[in-house]
Amino acid sequence: MTLEAYADTIIPGQKRSAEDRAIAGVTTGGGAVEAGALELLRWDATGIHDGLDDLADLANTHAEAYAAELGLDLDEDVPPFVALDYGHRVALIQRLTTPGHPEKDFWVMLSLFCNMAFDSAAHLHTAEAIADGHPGLVAMGLPHPGADGLVRFKEFGYGRELARLHPDTTPSGSPA
Amino acid sequence: MSNAVERTDVLVIGSGFGGAITAYHLAAGGAKVTVLERGPWLQSEEFEHDYKLGSSYTRAFDFTVGDGMSILGGNCVGGGSVVYFAAMPRAPRFVFDRHGSIGRRMWPSSVSRDTLEPWYDRVEESLSIEKQDWSDVSYAGGLWAAACNHSGRTANPLPAAVDNTKCVNCNFMMAGCRFEAKQSLLLNYLPAALAHGAEIRPLHEVQHITRTSDGDYQVHFNVVHDEDYRLQAGSGVIEAKIVVIAAGAGATPVILQRSEAHLGTMPHAVGRYFSGNGERLNTAIIDEEKAAALLGLDRGDGLAYAANAIGKGPTVANWDRLDGSLPEYHRYSLEQLYFPPGLGTILAQVPDATGPTWFGAEKKEILKNWPSWLTIFTMIEDDNEGVFGPPPATGNAHRISQQMLGRGNLRYDPTRNTQAAWDMSDAEVKEILEKDGLAKVMPWTNDLVGAYTVHPLASCRMGDDPHTSALDDRNELRGHPGIFVTDGSSVPGALTVNPAMTISALAERAVPGIVAAAQAKGINVSYGAPAPDGSRSGRKNVLPLLTGLTNR
Repeated sequence: MTLEAYADTIIPGQKRSAEDRAIAGVTTGGGAVEAGALELLRWDATGIHDGLDDLADLANTHAEAYAAELGLDLDEDVPPFVALDYGHRVALIQRLTTPGHPEKDFWVMLSLFCNMAFDSAAHLHTAEAIADGHPGLVAMGLPHPGADGLVRFKEFGYGRELARLHPDTTPSGSPA
Repeated sequence: MSNAVERTDVLVIGSGFGGAITAYHLAAGGAKVTVLERGPWLQSEEFEHDYKLGSSYTRAFDFTVGDGMSILGGNCVGGGSVVYFAAMPRAPRFVFDRHGSIGRRMWPSSVSRDTLEPWYDRVEESLSIEKQDWSDVSYAGGLWAAACNHSGRTANPLPAAVDNTKCVNCNFMMAGCRFEAKQSLLLNYLPAALAHGAEIRPLHEVQHITRTSDGDYQVHFNVVHDEDYRLQAGSGVIEAKIVVIAAGAGATPVILQRSEAHLGTMPHAVGRYFSGNGERLNTAIIDEEKAAALLGLDRGDGLAYAANAIGKGPTVANWDRLDGSLPEYHRYSLEQLYFPPGLGTILAQVPDATGPTWFGAEKKEILKNWPSWLTIFTMIEDDNEGVFGPPPATGNAHRISQQMLGRGNLRYDPTRNTQAAWDMSDAEVKEILEKDGLAKVMPWTNDLVGAYTVHPLASCRMGDDPHTSALDDRNELRGHPGIFVTDGSSVPGALTVNPAMTISALAERAVPGIVAAAQAKGINVSYGAPAPDGSRSGRKNVLPLLTGLTNR
């Protein structure tokens, strides 16, 4: 649940149900969680699958310290990071990923894979993910490949001169 | 694997531009050539349009995160040529007169734009580089040109190693070109090297080099698992009289650092003076209505642009600041570039954000505008401030993911010169693209993975001064005769344009010296091969230059 809340802070989505606590619900449409962030993070190909429980524990430890510092009362029914509202989750991730933070590398890497789940669906074949309505690839408008899985564009350019050439250009097209 | 030491005449480490070009000429000249490549050997039909981990998109390159600088580099047979975007401009004349951080000319006195021209010509002939016409330019390049024009600037279609009759504008170049439109080394130098008997061994990652009592070299390698590069499947040793290192500017110095205990002291410049070619990316979010109204752009169906996905990497650059009369650190180019999802989208920042800029709700909103993104690649003159720390246990990085992602020991703290040049170029991109409300622009953040280069250079650079260069002006490693370095690490500094053309020209220029060194060690090899396809006009112009390159 903690990792879901973390992923949802990187690319937020809408709640899966009224009882959903991990997803803050600050946007409409699927976010990193629905895009498959947990599936990607747990795949051993990423190299961070082994340390996920430790990262979740660490996120909660930081959340407790953050809440104590700000005098926030955390709901004890859910992990401390999940108990933070979206604004505080954002503020905490900003702290953890700021240059100079001793654990920055870990949090940046976790953020990177959460983002990749949304922007490239790195745990899925792209053509299948688009066909299945993957929330990130569809929202971003990635092109649909053809039946052979390959992308082709017949029309690709305006086909006309749109600027003057630099006066010092060689005949082969390089800077003089 | 057998413990017997194999033997070859010339051992080439790496199969990108520096390795493939030297391997071809030496094999064609009669030497027994063996090429060790740390990445896989992918065939055209294996190049996929797929972002899944384990597809060619992640098998073919490495993303190495350092401290203040991350490097994206090729990791396959063909090296950078398989994953690059094929832009092949020659470096501007003033580049060769740069002083940079050392306060005097960085380049060897024997290398200038004039002296390099015949070698550029050889590369142009060999890779079928063609001047692109406006009809070859992608929507993104056309938009950039129109925006430059709208703000009173010029713009140039880039010379490129792309066969436009085969190109389908899929923008998947970074996963390898399925259609063999991009003239990667897999289509010219490497098959020609193979035809002359060269042997290429993929998934062979060099650990270190030792010297024999005869003054030859032994190259020690690990065999890498073909799917999970974190695993090793054996090791071995090959003995050679001549070693050509072309592992890329992020790996060549690491191999030499690891070899120092065996070979003796390395030149001071090994692993220092690294340059990211001054690279930086700005993301613009185009206002489609303004693109139509201000620039008169129309691609039919009511669309002005919305074509981020369509094209073939960079097609148009602004070169107005490539002006030799300007002071150093004030000269740069601004190039339209496609950058695919998955590798850097996270670094794009939200213009005018009220919350976080690189993640969160507002970031999600700009991701929905991804088709209307225009990426501008700036290449400034940096200060060669990168330094490599102690080498990792294997390879050039601690591998994290099964492919692609690793943590390296490069440290890069931008100087005020570098930062000011980045700021200047960022401001100009903003001025061009925000004019009359055409777009909103923000540069990528360096806070997450540092600066980000796709063209690492200069970590083992050539020069005249032994204190600030690792190689002499013929690419031989100072103090270690018979070891040559011919990749981007030999280029002394940032070029303000895409560097593959210059790396290739320098590799071509290094060959006569390597041949002479091989001959001196008793190898029966000669210089004089034509271009890989048999063309001979480039050769005609370089033959008169050989004396200066072969005399010690």
